[in-house]
Amino acid sequence: MKPSPFSYHRPRTVEEAVELLGALGEEGKVLAGGQSLVPLMSMRLAAPAHLVDVNHIPELDTVAVTAAGVRVGATARHARVEKDAAAYDAAPLLRQGLVNVAHPTIRNRGTTVGSLVHADPSAEMPAVLALLGGSVELRSTAGSREVAAADFFVGPMESALRPGELAVAATFHRPPPRSGSAFVELARRHGDYALCGVAALVTTDHDGAVTTARVALISVGPVPVVVDVGAAVHGTGTAFDTERLAGLLDAAIDPEADIHATAEYRRHLAHVLAARALTEAHEHAGPTRDERAS
Amino acid sequence: MTTKLFGARIRRSEDPRLVTGNGRYLDDLGHDAYEVAFVRSPHAHARILDIDVSEGVEVDGLVAIYTYQDLDGRMGEPLPLLIPHPTLTHGRTQHALARDEVNYVGEAVVMVVAVDRYVAEDVVGRVRVDYEPLPAVVGIDAARAAADLVHPDVPGNAAAVMVQESGDAEAAIDAAPHVLELDLSIERSASMPMEGKGVLARWDSDDESLLVHTSTQTSTSVRQAVAAKLGLPVDRVEVVTPDVGGGFGVKIVHPWPEEVLVPWAAVRLGHPVKWTEDRREHFVSSAHERAQQHHVRVGYDDEGRLHGLSVRFWHDNGAYTPYGLIVPIITSTQLLGPYKPGAYRVEFTSLYTNTVIVTPYRGAGRPQGCFVMERTMDAIADALGLDRAEVRLRNFIRPDEMPYDHGLIFQDGRPLVYDSGDFPASLDKLTKLVGWDDFEAYRAQARSEGRRVGIGLACYVEGTGVGPYEGGHVRVETDGTVVVSTGLTTQGQGHQTMLAQIVADELGVPFDRIRVTTGDTRRFKYAVGTFASRTAVMSGSAVALTARKVREKALRIAAQALEASVDDLDIVDGHVEVKGSPGATIDLGAVAVLSNPLRYAFDEAAARATQFATPADPDTPPVAPGEAPGLEGTDFYSPPRSTFANGMHAVVVETDPDTADIKILRYCVVHDCGTIINPMIVEGQVHGGVAQGVGGALYERMEYGPDGQLLNASFMDFLMPYASEVPEIEIDHLETPSPLNPLGVKGAGEAGVIPGSAAIASAIEDAEGIPIRSMPISPSELFDLRSRRSV
Amino acid sequence: MTTEALVRVAFTVNGAPYDLEVPARRLLSDALRHDLRLTGTHVGCEHGVCGACTVLVDGAPIRSCLVFAVSLEGAAITTVEGCRNAEGGMGPVQQAFQECHALQCGFCTPGFITTVTAYLEDHPAPTAAEAREAISGNLCRCTGYQNIVAAVQRAAEIKWGEGA
Repeated sequence: MKPSPFSYHRPRTVEEAVELLGALGEEGKVLAGGQSLVPLMSMRLAAPAHLVDVNHIPELDTVAVTAAGVRVGATARHARVEKDAAAYDAAPLLRQGLVNVAHPTIRNRGTTVGSLVHADPSAEMPAVLALLGGSVELRSTAGSREVAAADFFVGPMESALRPGELAVAATFHRPPPRSGSAFVELARRHGDYALCGVAALVTTDHDGAVTTARVALISVGPVPVVVDVGAAVHGTGTAFDTERLAGLLDAAIDPEADIHATAEYRRHLAHVLAARALTEAHEHAGPTRDERAS
Repeated sequence: MTTKLFGARIRRSEDPRLVTGNGRYLDDLGHDAYEVAFVRSPHAHARILDIDVSEGVEVDGLVAIYTYQDLDGRMGEPLPLLIPHPTLTHGRTQHALARDEVNYVGEAVVMVVAVDRYVAEDVVGRVRVDYEPLPAVVGIDAARAAADLVHPDVPGNAAAVMVQESGDAEAAIDAAPHVLELDLSIERSASMPMEGKGVLARWDSDDESLLVHTSTQTSTSVRQAVAAKLGLPVDRVEVVTPDVGGGFGVKIVHPWPEEVLVPWAAVRLGHPVKWTEDRREHFVSSAHERAQQHHVRVGYDDEGRLHGLSVRFWHDNGAYTPYGLIVPIITSTQLLGPYKPGAYRVEFTSLYTNTVIVTPYRGAGRPQGCFVMERTMDAIADALGLDRAEVRLRNFIRPDEMPYDHGLIFQDGRPLVYDSGDFPASLDKLTKLVGWDDFEAYRAQARSEGRRVGIGLACYVEGTGVGPYEGGHVRVETDGTVVVSTGLTTQGQGHQTMLAQIVADELGVPFDRIRVTTGDTRRFKYAVGTFASRTAVMSGSAVALTARKVREKALRIAAQALEASVDDLDIVDGHVEVKGSPGATIDLGAVAVLSNPLRYAFDEAAARATQFATPADPDTPPVAPGEAPGLEGTDFYSPPRSTFANGMHAVVVETDPDTADIKILRYCVVHDCGTIINPMIVEGQVHGGVAQGVGGALYERMEYGPDGQLLNASFMDFLMPYASEVPEIEIDHLETPSPLNPLGVKGAGEAGVIPGSAAIASAIEDAEGIPIRSMPISPSELFDLRSRRSV
Repeated sequence: MTTEALVRVAFTVNGAPYDLEVPARRLLSDALRHDLRLTGTHVGCEHGVCGACTVLVDGAPIRSCLVFAVSLEGAAITTVEGCRNAEGGMGPVQQAFQECHALQCGFCTPGFITTVTAYLEDHPAPTAAEAREAISGNLCRCTGYQNIVAAVQRAAEIKWGEGA
């Protein structure tokens, strides 16, 4: 299990990286954390002719919190994003999702943006982006473009990134005030890809009644499946109707069987975990800091 | 004799080296060697039409490419059938490189030698093999149906059909007040040591000798096999086992194709050659175990006592049978556990499939047997409305019935006779440890919290320390160091520590003066190997007997030097002392000097043993008749038959009513392996075994597609448990000595894994009220069982 | 196919500087083991799941089989050999592993030692549950983990308690 030979490039600036990628086209592949790419190469399931190592470009290693949300640079490791207190304050779902990403050792090297670009339908961070909303910033010699979260995940292991482009950052939107979030998943072993996972985002009014409720599900479709489950909120706004919830989910998800779980079991898990995630998210939803202060 | 170390929690002498990165595992050696990779079959069953290496030879760094056509002499013959058995009527083994047909995905077809493994894999990717695919036989159902055959000359895919009977079981069952029938199955798993296999060979053309390092469980037998295959005199071949990163059975098989190919290539090329198995290779070309289907018919009375038991089972032996029928023979005999079955009949069919070979994995057929018997016990208890522990107790062999002869033949060809054990006492300890009698209160409390819990138990008996023999060599050096050697190998069991404890006590020397070597044929040439929980019993007894011989010799020599009677001497802390005479003492190093009369004074110590150093009787020879120079000895231990350890496990599980997730809340073990040499090491063995039992019950299985592709050949999808999946393990011991060996010990290595699936199935069944007849079980499968019950 | 181009990379391992020329595809695990002959780092799966190859890069545990050596330009790498005490004997974690019988075959052990060494830097007194969580990304086939959990706690005592 050793990778095929490749040519190695170590650019020091984004411009240099983008020029390399532009020149290499289909032959070039970006190396960031490498936690998904390197094992594929060692199994010779991937054999890029050129690797452009972006780990030595300081401007990509950023986590910045703005009014809009959290902007994560291309080489910011999962662990850094997970531990960033300001990022957690702005969008707790980031950390709630990240603690489910593999194991800490993988998170020390793997990057959040890399995980988005990899677009594994079982991965947590695409679901987090899909649910929070936001965008991925793609740079090429032709310039920059922002792809909205809703358009970024095209299919299993397929994102909107084109050959020659570098994903320089992703922005995760800050949820509205009085929102709560949660990430609940079931994996065979702690740290494995989830059999099914659900990110939930619930927003309440001043009385704590749910006004909007959405979930993003992983491992039950070709891309993270975002479902507006507002119609499943009880009239009181304090609980969810599980049958209505199941109906809304079933209309959106398309689970498949594999060696670890049947499609039927995944569907069932989607129902159970969504209810749990929504309940937990609702518990986390509450008055904003300003409201608490007043 | 002081017994200070025997039975004590002595820290392992192996560890300072291993924890600091100073271990020497196979791939840590041979930095100068060429490296090997293999073209392996992508088909489960196919005819080889053509092999084209032309693209591969262009790769810079390639050294050699070999196919079957290159194998000369006995290298071209099939690999040996290691354990022939008269019942194995259709034994088949593979060639080192496939000749004209492949029978499993992963079978080696072409060997590539290159400057390093990267380049070797580049070449592998450029070799083209044309195959004509043949129908693949995958799984026991397909093998039994025999619509297609794995080997065209093996009808019904049956390698063997074996029957053993004690009494007229069918008649006893028919006459019994109650009869039950059950179908029970276990899936494939594998040993899966953290270090794969590996071989390094160095040919010395000046000396015409071959030095092989291999990550094996038997160096002595690899030596014989390599010499035979390469046509070399045995005394020109030595095999050394370096540190081994786990074995669990898979490394007892030998010679693996690579174990003869690598030395063969090293001789041909006149250059060191090394192969380090990678994880993917280990999945598809080493060995698996466990897959069996069983049908049970049992007759019993109103008290739950067995009158007759009849078991038929079907064993998936994979594509070839190099290790014979050991696994199903063990199942067929050891499923009886601690019970008297009444009349017993067992019949098994060992079946070929187009999958990786099946050879012993820790437990070796016992986990399946235990699952069958313990599920049967639970079914009887359920049918009669009796307590599960009570039904077991009523069927136990009683201590006063020991030794107990089952009237069957065990895996070593010897009668199945239990030597000792106190099963009622073990059960009593277990039910107290887990709180069996208080569980209903706990269940009620959990239920009131919306939680679903269950408890299960399982008992086993394990034949350990099978023969034929092991030996030991002990030598006292002139500096007082004691070097100990035994031929069998070590894969992490702490043999160096355990054997040093025995020698320290027997010889009366400090622990830290003892150096133990295992698995090095340069040091000890006669051995069998490390399997069947046999090292403490076999090599432990052998080195104890040897140390006693050396002690006697030391006392004879010291008696002369101290002018005392042997009966008045003792050895304490490395010194021979005259009892009651402080000051009258000689250290063992000095005794070693005196044991070897010398002409030349090559060092200060030697000077004391030269001809002019001491007055001597001019009329007796310097080496007395019947004596030999040197304070050393060799002895062997060969038991009449196996010694039988036993144990009982109880498990508490919680099953999630919504997600069907299964969580182990408590795992309790009562373990009786006779006299304990080092409790710390024994407990470690139990812990590790339990973890593998948990893996086998809830996580691990080999997932073959219908085309014979192994779908989960990686640690991503073959779910070995992490710390997060293994529960805290609570252990209590019972020590019932074995009457068969000088130390009273029984084996402990495999014990922990045996009852895992049985006990966990029992607990899940108790929690869910759904019969669990097949293991392992995943949450998805439990959900499926629930769904089927509710419709 | 011609000889591969070599790429130059400089980093430190256990405090010692190295300036290497290796093929770009050389995995860090292989560079450490076969180029630098630091064979304490072990390779158990080469796809990042088992953790035997875990080393510290700038103090943080990573899988050395999942990075290319050339990508670690300028990094400070610590291997199990670097977890020894100043005299070259067993460091606190290594000592605790022996005391608690936290290893059997020892093959996975270097990955645990490095992982735990980093963990203890900011977890001076882990509970048993925390210790178990801390080692949950490493596979061991021998020990059943129980004694490793104990060793994490014992190592914390040696490092931060009685040994401090």
